[in-house]
Amino acid sequence: MEKTDIVRSRTVVMPGTDIDTDQIVPARFLTTTTRKGLGKALFADWRYDKDGKPKADFILNTPAAAGCRILVAGNNFGCGSSREHAPWALIDFGIQAVISTGIADIFRSNSLKNGLVPVIVDQATHGWLLANPGVEVTIDVASCELRLPDGRAVGFPLDGFSKYCLLNGVDQLGYLLHQSDAIARFESERAWKP
Amino acid sequence: MSGRSLFQKVWDDHVVVPETADTPAVLYIDLHLTHEVTTPEAFNVLRSRGLSIRRPDLTVATLDHSTPTVRIASLKDLDVVSEPAAAAQIRTMIDNCAKNGIRMYGYGSDSRGIVHVIGPELGATQPGKTIVCGDSHTSTHGAFGALGFGIGTTEVGHVLATQCLLQRRPKTLAINVEGKLPRGVTAKDVILAIIGKIGVGGGTGSVIEYRGSTIRSLDMEQRMTICNMSIEAGARAGMIAPDDTTIQYLNGRPLAPRGAAWEAAVARWRALPSDADAQFDKEVSIDVSQLAPMVTFGTNPGMVVPVTDAVPVSDDASFSKALAYMKVAAGKPMLGMPVDVVFVGSCTNSRMSDLHDAASILRGRKVAKSVRMLVVPGSVQVQRQAEAEGLDKVFREAGAEWREAGCSMCLGMNGDIALPGQLCVSTSNRNFEGRQGIGARSVLASPLTAAASAVAGVIADPRPLLPN
Repeated sequence: MEKTDIVRSRTVVMPGTDIDTDQIVPARFLTTTTRKGLGKALFADWRYDKDGKPKADFILNTPAAAGCRILVAGNNFGCGSSREHAPWALIDFGIQAVISTGIADIFRSNSLKNGLVPVIVDQATHGWLLANPGVEVTIDVASCELRLPDGRAVGFPLDGFSKYCLLNGVDQLGYLLHQSDAIARFESERAWKP
Repeated sequence: MSGRSLFQKVWDDHVVVPETADTPAVLYIDLHLTHEVTTPEAFNVLRSRGLSIRRPDLTVATLDHSTPTVRIASLKDLDVVSEPAAAAQIRTMIDNCAKNGIRMYGYGSDSRGIVHVIGPELGATQPGKTIVCGDSHTSTHGAFGALGFGIGTTEVGHVLATQCLLQRRPKTLAINVEGKLPRGVTAKDVILAIIGKIGVGGGTGSVIEYRGSTIRSLDMEQRMTICNMSIEAGARAGMIAPDDTTIQYLNGRPLAPRGAAWEAAVARWRALPSDADAQFDKEVSIDVSQLAPMVTFGTNPGMVVPVTDAVPVSDDASFSKALAYMKVAAGKPMLGMPVDVVFVGSCTNSRMSDLHDAASILRGRKVAKSVRMLVVPGSVQVQRQAEAEGLDKVFREAGAEWREAGCSMCLGMNGDIALPGQLCVSTSNRNFEGRQGIGARSVLASPLTAAASAVAGVIADPRPLLPN
């Protein structure tokens, strides 16, 4: 996982609520056996017509979206399936952070394990971002702040462990492997065995 | 100090390293269910780091998501009936399991099936266990008083390598369900009504405990249907306290404890229900004594109404987008909408009681000529039992397709899809845009409502068709 400390970019806005992981990556793309190259599957059913040509009116196909690394989405983004292909596809496409009022649990957990920053903000900030697509904002992982163009800084929740992993590009498996003595002790001492 | 909830007891029993302000808890996992779609990259990562599987004995594998639902005599058949990528994924899974000593209930096994159907069927799912799978419907196993939740592929790798996960303790949400279910109203209708009430994000960050007289009266299959769709309310997991019904279901299952171990397990399970003074972060109550069969009208499971109602009216933009996708008009009755496909199956509704329900409507009737109906058993065991009871004949004589076990048209990964624009009444769990095929329109319902709609050729109320 890459180190992530600052994400600075114009925003691309998808205001719809409850955007589910079947939209982010439709199931027919899940027959892959690697995480690579899923960017082309991102929002495939919204992004391409039936002949596979990009739909000019879909936001990610517009010139304004080019180079945007921060997605502002409606509430409950990433609901549905546990497919980690969803953050893989967003990252492969070039998105590094998602801002919403609510982000689904499994999607959020998967995002943090891949360096995609989930930023949960209050209604007022969210409303302002929806109304002002394309503004340049800065996400500062170390201070857990979203900085808006007018200089306002809005805090967002991020537990210390996830923050450490993002800032240092550390994947959590190393930490877990480090607990192997405690795990072995737990296995031998527990009152019943599965 | 107040008493502990069912969730708290299971959580406490699995903490290897407690959580602190800076670090999540290390939580031990008792059962890891795996399938072909969400594991290959986890095995890739372990291989590249030279890591082995810590507890292959606590890992169970099957083939369900991208597997065809036509008969596979040998792996060679896959190349004929499956897309090359799906066939390769299945071979990769078989190979990964063989190389790592993981039990695979694959082709040729009497126990293959949808991962959330076979876990309980084998008796691997037990009260008080922590159960994970790279699949959000792992919440199903909570019906037994287990803590079951879906994980991503990175976490699949964590469990394979360490048998543990890093977790923050979720909040708790008690949902009290009271009242005697009216005739023709099932567990599926109850969970759809609950999601309609609390919303698709209503359970985010929480583990639900379903409680109350209605829940106590349900059999295990109905309880699984309820817990299965906890994720559709955004919850991490859904749990139901184990009781006589749970214990009776598990007794004698192939992987359930036996003899003295069984007695000890039962004693342990009896202590799991929430203490009378347990506190929950939030409580919600619902009375189901007047509930009608429920159907969805939009593009998420929270967009749901009684089948006798009309499509609601709202000026919300996402709501309008959903109605436009579904080609339904606000204010129009749900009853009578033309149906193209009916799917009975999925980890929500593919067990014997679901097939009994569907067959009770179809017996002596015909599926409407305009409708394609698929009935897909959840497992080889369900398939065999249904065939032994002659249910396959009921479905075939009615004009439905009787297929092999798998996830099938729930997510359309294996080629079982509804076509663009087709309306599919489905007993599965998600009516997201394109879930069952590009442009397909899904209406979630119970097996009774699905079968009644297949017969009528339009969305129909099953209650007038119930056998006496």
